[in-house]
Amino acid sequence: MISALGAGFLFGIGLWLSGMANPRKVLDFLDVSGNWDPSLLLVMGGAVAVTAAAFRPLLKKQKLEFRKDVDIPLLTGAALFGIGWGIGGYCPGPALTALSSLSAEVFVFVAAMVGGGFLAKIAAPAGPGA
Amino acid sequence: MDNFTPLSALAGGVLIGLASVWLLAANGRIAGVSGILHGLFAQPPGDRAWRAAFIAGLIAAGFVWHALFPATSSSQVGWGWLALAGALVGFGTRIGGGCTSGHGVCGLGRFSLRSLVAVMVFMATGMAATFVMRHVL
Repeated sequence: MISALGAGFLFGIGLWLSGMANPRKVLDFLDVSGNWDPSLLLVMGGAVAVTAAAFRPLLKKQKLEFRKDVDIPLLTGAALFGIGWGIGGYCPGPALTALSSLSAEVFVFVAAMVGGGFLAKIAAPAGPGA
Repeated sequence: MDNFTPLSALAGGVLIGLASVWLLAANGRIAGVSGILHGLFAQPPGDRAWRAAFIAGLIAAGFVWHALFPATSSSQVGWGWLALAGALVGFGTRIGGGCTSGHGVCGLGRFSLRSLVAVMVFMATGMAATFVMRHVL
């Protein structure tokens, strides 16, 4: 419990420091034909450098199971997620931490995101796995 | 590229990676934010406590950040677009099994081909959607 709270807190600070929590900056990254801001490549690069170095020994101790197949729901889901991300500049982590700004647009986004999750459960009841 | 902020981006990314390692080491969980959120509403209720704690930590970080660095940010797209965007993100991450953190930060860190494919697809459609929003509509 406390460790999950701490991990969420550190994750959130990382989102703010990196600029990921600012939807305009995210859109400036996705807008490759505009005044392109490549910063988010370094956010992902920095994060993956850490996970790639530390995950392997940790995963050996855990009983987690991961799917390996590339199927239609994966492709469809990733495509739709990307479209939503590209419209608003919010992905799930930044949207949740941006609730702290008490801005109405973030509440609209998060409510719709939770609703979209429910819709997906009705459309594809089988639970997903990362 | 006058808006490029390499140092803060890299440092923030490292913190995100460390937080993901922390959650895996301490809780045995993958820091995939969409999965953590969707699981919060799963029926029957299962392991909600750690999910709620992680999300509370995410939101608390925002309050602390705003107290230190007062700034506002907004997408500058209308509420109708944001509602559509939120629904697509919620729906897509659920059937696709992950988002920028689950497939991106954690999946790429596991060298998962499935996650690499997902990342390439959502990067591509994200860039296409932003192009349409900013340069076509």
